[in-house]
Amino acid sequence: MSAKVPEPGPEPGTVAADLLDERLIQSAGFGGAVRAFTRRIRGGDLGSLPVVVGLAIIWAVFGIVNPRFLSSINLVNLSMQCAAVGTIAIGVVLVLLLAEIDLSIGSVSGLAAAIVAVGFVGHAWPLWTAVVAAIAAGALIGLFYALLNTRFGVPSFVITLAGLLGILGAQLWVLGKFGSINLPFDSWLVYYAQQLYMPEWLSYAFVAIAVAGYWLAKFLASTKRKAAGLSGVSASALGLRAAGLLVVLGVPVWYLNRSRGVGVMFLSFVALVLIMHFFLSRTRWGRAVFAVGGNVEAARRAGINVRAVAMSVFILCSTFAALGGLMAAGRLAAANQSSGGGDINLNAIAAAVIGGTSLFGGRGSAFSALLGILVIQSISSGLTLVNLDSSLRYMITGAVLLLAVVIDSLSRRSRRAAGRA
Amino acid sequence: MEEATSNTAAAAPQRILRMTGISKRFGAVQALTEVELEIYSGQVVAIVGDNGAGKSTLVKVLAGVHPADDGRIEMQDARVSISSPTDARALGIATVYQDLALCDNLDVVANLWLGHELTYRGRLDEVAMEKQSWKLLRELSAKIPSVRIAVASLSGGQRQTVAIARSLIGEPRIVILDEPTAALGVAQTAEVLNLIERLRERNYGVVLISHNMADVMAVADRIVVLRLGRNNGEFLAAEATSEDIVAAITGATDNAVTRRAATRPVPGTEEP
Repeated sequence: MSAKVPEPGPEPGTVAADLLDERLIQSAGFGGAVRAFTRRIRGGDLGSLPVVVGLAIIWAVFGIVNPRFLSSINLVNLSMQCAAVGTIAIGVVLVLLLAEIDLSIGSVSGLAAAIVAVGFVGHAWPLWTAVVAAIAAGALIGLFYALLNTRFGVPSFVITLAGLLGILGAQLWVLGKFGSINLPFDSWLVYYAQQLYMPEWLSYAFVAIAVAGYWLAKFLASTKRKAAGLSGVSASALGLRAAGLLVVLGVPVWYLNRSRGVGVMFLSFVALVLIMHFFLSRTRWGRAVFAVGGNVEAARRAGINVRAVAMSVFILCSTFAALGGLMAAGRLAAANQSSGGGDINLNAIAAAVIGGTSLFGGRGSAFSALLGILVIQSISSGLTLVNLDSSLRYMITGAVLLLAVVIDSLSRRSRRAAGRA
Repeated sequence: MEEATSNTAAAAPQRILRMTGISKRFGAVQALTEVELEIYSGQVVAIVGDNGAGKSTLVKVLAGVHPADDGRIEMQDARVSISSPTDARALGIATVYQDLALCDNLDVVANLWLGHELTYRGRLDEVAMEKQSWKLLRELSAKIPSVRIAVASLSGGQRQTVAIARSLIGEPRIVILDEPTAALGVAQTAEVLNLIERLRERNYGVVLISHNMADVMAVADRIVVLRLGRNNGEFLAAEATSEDIVAAITGATDNAVTRRAATRPVPGTEEP
């Protein structure tokens, strides 16, 4: 080291500043990209690959067993079923990033449904008021958990396990003498959750905007990097990626448009995923979430307000659970004692884990909520179509969750071995 | 105790910080008693001592982790109070702890800027951060192949380098290194010692805490010995021998170490 003269700074027209080190394995061109990809997979950096492969297998199997599974009518239904639990799963991704857990999301979603139904139908509040009250209740529950967790250091597992029961009790108490309440079909909540689909032209316009926006954002970022003397993306690679995105978005939208089209509720779920992805990957708050999940002590010493980060995450998780509960109530057009019960809790957590968010904290992405819930709902919808008993359905969903957790643990181990922890 | 000011650094060293009469108690234990310490710019001062001598406590007083019970801290002849890590940071005192405190799941850039990220219109300015990271790492001649790989994949020496580089982000004047070579191999130790010399060249006041006498003699300009929470001698590295320092650390000229040295030459002590 001492014998070596410090390398000169980057000169224009030469190698970018971040690619100067001779030990870096250069992966230029298409072959290089494939090699880099293989290296990453072997190193245990699986990303969303297992879930995409898994989804393809699930769709192929069910498509062969029952061709109706891949019909556009069924896929439209599938997309609408994803929205509610998927929204809950976004919150689960956030708490998992902190290596915490929330087991009461199902109960919170049920309570939110009950508050809206009782407020709107039972007490004739304006629907907006009822909706805001339900979301506020979710946020308050999150605040309560966060206070217990950050002030007294109670593990979130225990707090939210207690919450699972306590909030279920609150849900039953709110419903009280009403028991089961039907939401009127002409209310906007039910209309939004059941009937509101995008017109065909609007869905294509969204695809076009998304692809153009992606290209522009990446192009500007790349230009900025090159101006700063760092490596950027070549125009052809960028064009290829944008074309890929066009296919990935355009084909499903076209196929869904063969039937009723893209539901606005599904679109709002995807929009929430994108918004959370932005906040997680592009803001100081998101960086802080990953840091706290990776090494709390390091985050604290770096001056991050660990308590505030934990508070924000718990509050967001319960709020997303309440939002999901509202969507589920709208889709069912009812709220009752079993709203938010059954497998909602486990499905939301399973979706986050299957989508690739680690249970050990500090690793994951908002997109895992989207990918994971697609897997869960595909299995559920497929098994319903082949007329399997619900006993088997539960067992299979449980097995898939187990598989996802095993993959998570294995890839964590091989990441350690390959130095990518 | 002699008044020592070394002139080995390029620029004339200026006193940045002076601690006098620092005392600290933990319950019934008097961890520090009337300790004095001076830190000069462009100079490496090593704090040595046996286990429990008060090295870490003294550093924690400086870093604001454990405020002193008694004593006076002056920066450029003005009295300052350091009652929290934030105060220390605001005064330009950066600390690299022994456990490094890096987030393994984040990449080098994210770790360097953690808690002080640059933003552009509310968003992280990754380009500016990456560019400045490279500039900083090049200035330190750090051997990091890529700043976009997770810190987990770096070697011990590289991790130490990242931790030290991170301490320089806030433009500090004093850098405290707590046992920077404790967990490193021979080559990596040499890299970190080079890095410490580069910090001195860049006119930082460097405080080095180490158990390793060879490392201390290799890079320190001044050596402050603590024993049982009190100052027990201050030496210029160029003039002192390892025996002098060991004697000051153990508190006696006649002890197991010196008796052994008398019968058998200790490797590494013949030369100076």
